[in-house]
This record gives sequence, structure tokens and C-alpha cells, in this order.
Amino acid sequence: MTVIEAQDVRKIYGDMEVLHDVGLAIREGEILGLIGPSGSGKSTLLRILDLIEPPSGGELSILGIDTVKERGRWLDLRRRMGMLFQRPIVFNASVYDNVAMGLRYRRASRSEIDRKVKEALEAVGLSRYIGSRATDLSGGEQQRVALSRVLVTDPEILFLDEPTANLDPGSTATIEAIVARMNRERGITVLISTHDLAQGQRLAHRIAVMIDGTVAQAGSPREIFHAPKDKKIARFVGVQNIIPARVISREGLTTVEVKERRIVSATPPPAEEVAVVIRGEDVSLHRREPGYEEAENLFPARVTAVEPMAPFVNVTVDCGCDIIALVTARRAEALELAAGMDVWVSLPAKVVHLVPRDG
Amino acid sequence: MVNGSPIVEGFIEAINLIITLNPQVVEITIRSLYVSLTATFFAALIALPAGALIYFYEFRGKHAVVSTLQTLYALPTVIVGLVMFLFLSNIGPFGFLRLLYTPGGMIVTQTVLIIPLLMGLTVSALSGIDRDKRYTITALGASRFQTVTTIIIESRFAVMSGVLLGFGRAISEVGTVMIVGGNIRGATRVLTTAIALNTSMANYAMSIALGIILLAVALGVNITLSLVQRR
Repeated sequence: MTVIEAQDVRKIYGDMEVLHDVGLAIREGEILGLIGPSGSGKSTLLRILDLIEPPSGGELSILGIDTVKERGRWLDLRRRMGMLFQRPIVFNASVYDNVAMGLRYRRASRSEIDRKVKEALEAVGLSRYIGSRATDLSGGEQQRVALSRVLVTDPEILFLDEPTANLDPGSTATIEAIVARMNRERGITVLISTHDLAQGQRLAHRIAVMIDGTVAQAGSPREIFHAPKDKKIARFVGVQNIIPARVISREGLTTVEVKERRIVSATPPPAEEVAVVIRGEDVSLHRREPGYEEAENLFPARVTAVEPMAPFVNVTVDCGCDIIALVTARRAEALELAAGMDVWVSLPAKVVHLVPRDG
Repeated sequence: MVNGSPIVEGFIEAINLIITLNPQVVEITIRSLYVSLTATFFAALIALPAGALIYFYEFRGKHAVVSTLQTLYALPTVIVGLVMFLFLSNIGPFGFLRLLYTPGGMIVTQTVLIIPLLMGLTVSALSGIDRDKRYTITALGASRFQTVTTIIIESRFAVMSGVLLGFGRAISEVGTVMIVGGNIRGATRVLTTAIALNTSMANYAMSIALGIILLAVALGVNITLSLVQRR
């Protein structure tokens, strides 16, 4: 079941269009990672989906309710959702009163508030601070207070806006673990925005990429990272090789020409003028011609640069065109890679992805 | 020579007046506190809700209203005194209230004097609640009314600072109480007007004694202010 469905959502501030043509469907019980560069509109989209701000246009249905037609039910809907912000936000009151806020807004009974707040603080490991002033806690602790303040209200949908961007690795791991557990145990649907690609992959079942104010692509982490739809997405998800090419054959596998080098790809050509997209870690290097190699693309090349990027090494090879291979430091040592050295490159057709050259 | 200095002698005499709780000193101090505290109370009663209204409601000319208030922070006290004198005197529209030259008239005038300050400071205190905090309140499911109360409670210390500043302005000003109160002995004489009068009469000891008390009150306000702001 779809819990959130957005279509053609727009948001305009003054004469600045922050969001346009946003289409996104979120399924019940999933963790959807929203990734994208800073300023691509992630936070604005989250605020609109959480009904903190109205969209300037488009359609938005939340938990089966048409929010455009039913403005009167926004408060009701908001109380079924929760949001955690990037900056830890606590109010100038005790930790207990901070966590109780949402429940008090919902007119929960005193005994229910007491029980739930204590449970929630126990769950995030902050029981000993129950009477402390929240503003006296560290950033990581404040963020945990903020998270329990959201979780005590039992939200059906949880929005997390770069919740760990300001936190140390320890606090980040704690927050991630709590979110994953809440999703698993209580089936809370989670939408988490992050510019940390690794976090997106660690937590999310599906990923949506936001570029320039719109959702450019949504799919499994595999699709997003290995089959990005265009060059911008490819660049954002950290693809090392994005090389312009020309389609010369569509028989069976697609054959493209990159300068003098012909490369076979398993992707049907999206256009005549394409760009080849190859992740560095998918490029294999060998010291001599492999005797037994199933990769469709196999060709000799010369190493032109070896650049350590711990724990990996970026190896640039010239095989008619420049290709960057991402090799573990270990393997680079074993192959004794050095500039000027002759190697063999193998590339299965399925790791060679094609996107339109424009855009 | 030192013993002959009127300043040193006046200072010693002043300490003496304070320690022995000279009836005139005590009476003037109490009246001063009474007038300014009451004025601050009434001003707060009016200015805090009015400031909150300005902050929470979007209307045309909101910016103009806020800038006007900020300009009025520095309103010369003698101007307020003059205007209020005209209002309260026999020829003015409120002459029938017979408030001129009474503590009541001074309270009304000081209330008018500090209302803009309290309103403006209330608006800025509430504006101190940043956007993310307001989003958080909304996201937690607060109704319109709950949002307003949460923001007011959250900015309580900043609002209190504003009230204290207003009291500081009221008790230390001399312009309105001189014009509207008239500095009548035993009736409308307060710390500032008494200092002005006694100094012009070369009664330095009394002036210094009252000056020390006024400074102590100001210091007290400042200490309270810094305690509040540290929260």
C-alpha cells in the first residue's frame, strides 16, 4: 500500500522555484532514502510531505487522504506523522518535558505521558538525564531527545531530515540503529534525507535522488548506483567514469565507440549520442591477458596514473580512452601497479551503463 | 582640607541618611518603586499580548509597526511628559480624571512611556525562536493555540528581560515624573526628581544618598537581568 503519493508537487518562495514536478510514492513499511546535493530541495520536500508547509501546486495524498481537498484534516494527519530535523532541537525545559510535548499536544493522560516518556528515554539510553535541562546536553544527546520526542507519539510515518549531519560517528550509529529497529519492529514507514551516500545504502530499502528541485530517479540502491538515469545522477552517486560515446550497433548487446575503443554494453541505447557510465570498482585490471575471462570487453591498456585514496587506489589507464579503475590498496600492491605499466582491462557488458549524452 | 570638602562630607552624610533610614529617604524610595513597578506591571499587561499579536499575525505594514516601536524606544521622556501633561490637565480631554500631579498620573504616564519598549522587545523576544523550532512545534502536532503558547513559554526569559529593561527605564527617567508629577513633597516626589531638586538647592548629602539608592536599584535590575539571560 502507498502511504504517500506526490504528483507534480511544486514549491515557490517569492520568485524562486525550489521544487518542481516532484513525483514520489512511498510504500507502507519501507525506508526510503532521499539523497541529493545540498540545495536540491530535500528539506523543503520533507516539510511539504509532513504538512508543515503547503505546496504551491500539485497533488499530495497522505495515508489515503487527499491533502489538497481536505485542508481541515492537516492537524490530524500531522499527528500521525513525525519529523526529526538536521539540527538537534530541544526546548528550554527538562528532558522529560521535551519528550512529553507531542503527547501533551495530543491531550494524552498524565499517566500515559509518564509511562511513555520513561519508556522512550530508556530506549534511547537517556533515563539518567530525565530531570536535566535539555539545553545542557551534548548535540548527540539532544538529537536522541528529539528522536524520542517524535517516537513517543507513535508516528505511522517518520521523516528524518539529515538527522546525523551534525553528529559524531558514535551518535550517528545510535540514531541509525534506533531508526532501523523502529522500522523493523513497529513497521514505521521512514523517509530519510541524507547527503551521505553510504548512510542511504546502509538504511534504505529504496532510494530517490533529488537533483535541482525534483526527484530525478527512484529505485533500488542497485539501480541508483549502477544504472543512474542521467549524467547528473551518475555524477552525484560517485561514478568515476562518465565518457561521451557514439552508438554504432544495436544488434544483441549495444556497441558504442569511445574515441577508437569499442565497448559492448548490456544497456539498450537511450539515445544516439550517449555517455558511457562505469563505476571504478567494476573495472578489473590484470597483469597479463587473462586466459579465462567471461567479460565481453577485454583490452590492453597502459597505466597513466596511480592515486592513493585510502583504503582504495584510483588507477587511470589509457586504452584508447581514459578509464579510472578503483582497486583496493592490497590489490594494487599485488599487481605492482605503477605509471607506464602495461595491463589488461576487463569489463563485463552489464557494468557498462549508457545514459543520454545531454543533461 | 579633606574634611572641608562638601563632596566627601556629603558622601559621609549620605551613608548616614541611608543607614539610619531617614524617613524622607525611605518615603521617596518607596514611592519611586511603587510608581515604576505599577507602571511596569500595567505596561506589561498591555504590551505583552499586543507584542504577541504583532508577532503572530501577518498584516500589511507589520514591518513599519515594528520599526516605529523601535524608534519609540528612544522617545524623549520630556516629550511624553509634555503630551501626557496636556492630556491630563484641565484643558485636556482627560482632565476630569484629576490625575495631574498625582502618583496615579505618574503611573499612567510611565506606562505610556515604556509600552513601546515592552512591545518591541516582546516582538524581538518571540522572533528569537528560530524557524526550525517553529517547524518542530508544528511537526509535533501542535494546534494553532498550542503553537502560540509553546512559543511564548519558550521565550519567557527573553520576555522577562524586556520587562526588566522597561522597569529600568521607568525608574531612572526624570522627564515625565517632573512634568506630570510636579515633584510635590510628600505626594509626587520620587528619586530622580528629588535628586534634581536637592542638587539645585546644594543639599548634596540628600542627593548622593538618593543617588546611591537609585544606582542600587539599577544594579539590582541588571543583576536580575543577567541571571535571567543566563537561563
